[in-house]
Amino acid sequence: MNYFQLFNLPAQFDLDLTELGSRYLQLQRRFHPDQHSAGSERDRLLAVQQTANINDAYHSLKQPLLRAEHLLALRGLKISHEQRSFNDPQFLMQQMELREQLADIAQSDDADAVIDSIERQLQQQKKQLLQQLATALDAGSAEQDQLAADLIRKLKFFFKLQQELELTEQQLQD
Amino acid sequence: MLLQIAEPGQSAAPHQHKLAAGIDLGTTNSLVAAVRSGEAKTLVNAQGRDMLPSVVRYTHDKVIVGDAAMAAAVDDADNTIVSVKRLMGKGYSETLALKDKVPYQLIDQQGLVAINTAQGIKNPVEVSAEILATLANTASETLGGELNGVVITVPAYFDDAQRQATKDAAKLAGLNVLRLLNEPTAAALAYGLDSGQEGIIAVYDLGGGTFDISILRLRRGVFEVLATGGDSALGGDDFDHAIVSYLQQQSGEVQLSHQQMRQYLTTARSIKEQLTDSDTVSFSLPTAGGVHSGTLNKADFEQLIGALVKKTIRACRQVLRDAGLTGEDIVKVVMVGGSTRVPLVRSEVAAFFATQPLTSIDPDKVVAIGAAIQANVLVGNKADGDTLLLDVIPLSLGLETMGGLTEKIIPRNTVIPVARAQEFTTFKDGQTAMALHVVQGERELVDDCRSLARFELRGIPPMPAGGAHIRVTFQVDADGLLSVTAQEKSSGVQANIQVKPSYGLSDDQVATMLKSSMQYARQDMQLRLLREQQVEAERVLEAVSQALKADAALLSAQEHTDINQALAELARVKQGDDTAAIKAAIEHTNHLTDDFAARRMDQSVRSALTGHNVDEV
Repeated sequence: MNYFQLFNLPAQFDLDLTELGSRYLQLQRRFHPDQHSAGSERDRLLAVQQTANINDAYHSLKQPLLRAEHLLALRGLKISHEQRSFNDPQFLMQQMELREQLADIAQSDDADAVIDSIERQLQQQKKQLLQQLATALDAGSAEQDQLAADLIRKLKFFFKLQQELELTEQQLQD
Repeated sequence: MLLQIAEPGQSAAPHQHKLAAGIDLGTTNSLVAAVRSGEAKTLVNAQGRDMLPSVVRYTHDKVIVGDAAMAAAVDDADNTIVSVKRLMGKGYSETLALKDKVPYQLIDQQGLVAINTAQGIKNPVEVSAEILATLANTASETLGGELNGVVITVPAYFDDAQRQATKDAAKLAGLNVLRLLNEPTAAALAYGLDSGQEGIIAVYDLGGGTFDISILRLRRGVFEVLATGGDSALGGDDFDHAIVSYLQQQSGEVQLSHQQMRQYLTTARSIKEQLTDSDTVSFSLPTAGGVHSGTLNKADFEQLIGALVKKTIRACRQVLRDAGLTGEDIVKVVMVGGSTRVPLVRSEVAAFFATQPLTSIDPDKVVAIGAAIQANVLVGNKADGDTLLLDVIPLSLGLETMGGLTEKIIPRNTVIPVARAQEFTTFKDGQTAMALHVVQGERELVDDCRSLARFELRGIPPMPAGGAHIRVTFQVDADGLLSVTAQEKSSGVQANIQVKPSYGLSDDQVATMLKSSMQYARQDMQLRLLREQQVEAERVLEAVSQALKADAALLSAQEHTDINQALAELARVKQGDDTAAIKAAIEHTNHLTDDFAARRMDQSVRSALTGHNVDEV
């Protein structure tokens, strides 16, 4: 299913999120099961399925990584459930360093300062990679698509780290 | 069909006003409300009361519900069921902690919890059905006719088993459920329509037995739940139990009989309520040696319940985190549930959100009023395209994987309805069956989550190991209820699924209960099934006729003729009293129009956003 088509939006990485949100609500108003509570059983079931599709599509387009994955999938490059390791020693080294910093937070004298520092590094890296991703996806060539796939794989590491950082922060607060 | 119903001003016949009610099925009290002359109000029973104590008493030949049952709660504690909501959708082993706290006898009914009464064994679904039937009766008498449908509220934090149990109770009471609505959403609806409030609000709902905290975004009629959390086993009852422990310490009565316990609980509740306006309350209780008199002041009471209130504030913090917000983002806090009258609760909530909570609608009635508003819309009395309730699933759904671990399929706070598919493959040659264990909860280990159901897939076509690819789809509907379908991909064979709910009744059990229930003699039962099929037949006729009127162009001449014939046949058998024939005619019509419906859906999706597509592609 082409999520961009569902929202009648151009299939590109750079997306107007406000417009996406308002179209989402427009579709919801039309198809939500509550609008069909007087319908026949089959029609009510169809409404549930259709709304589930709309929710799924919205969820995927709203988040940059999922949006990029969907865009690549539409171009025939499926990476959403792949299991593969990739070979970029420099990148893996950087990940390990960040992980070590993360593990040391609890022992640190000034945990907040360490958290802020990691947070800044993550944000900066993510921003940079997302910009590269946007450029690669806009190019639309097979070669650039492969590059985009690699960038997505890298970004996943950073999003994961971000989650772990938030979890650590929560544990410190509690 | 689908499209037509959504479009205002195109319905075939002028709608007659339909009767609908909203029901707040509470732990301590239940209420029913309806929209009359444009205003949602709670309805009073013959005794002039709108609050019905959620209490059911079983004598050897009678079932008594409400105030009269409550009056016997001390003298006939064993047969008087209070706070049954805490038992809904629970296994016997899960209620062991309650065993010493409830003054009636809990027993194990094939793993499910049930109660031993003078009228035999009753399960929580049956007890709740009595409460629902009583409320529906009040509504029918006030509104002057049988109800076309009801909206029943549930705590947002209720899991699938608890929701299913609530729906089963409604079925047993003979009610048509338009929707299970989350209590906080209902409360927001009641307030939202009143004040036209926009922005992000928090609904803090502390009832008798459950606690919910929800964060909603309100804008132009859209009620969007951003995150929800809470504790489905924390409420005012726990305040009462904390007081009871204190009373026991004071009176020196360590072991309480069921009757004494009821007495202590009643005293505790009265002390709690009085401490809302007074600083000290005196009490007296019978003991083995005579009577014990004492006092409890507000400060000591607040000490007793302090930890419980703190627990709710921790949940508030968590839910803000889930929504990615801070306390400052919240413009209003709505208070729901009788327990929010406790001054310590109000002051702690006010301090946490740094805003004075809203209490202008009676916290005991606000949920029922919201439910009535939505019931009125859903039954079709109001062509209201403006209100849209977007709810979320409160707890993650997952599958058991190797080593007793869970794999999350649908994370909590995902907007519903939602469908997620997962692919499985066979690991033995010729394997034709497969078992899945679905759990609900946030923890890593299956044992720490709530077991929902075990599914057995049968009828997988025999293939070499790894050859069959089974796509299992987990769907959660707008009521928050899960259904599972499975299909083998290469052959397209629909696998047959057998569901064994872990803590719920199977469809067969519900049917058996229906048949054996005193309210429905055999003949009534058959009449009811006939009536249900006739109503569905009417809906199908109406929907397909509308669809033909609008989109006949999507059909070939032959298809059109076939459908017309099916409709004529359906209309003919509908007049008769052959339930099976009506059902068959409906199925035949559905089968003939499935493609048509799909084509219309595609067209409808394409046209839904027209007006936008000019300059953007």
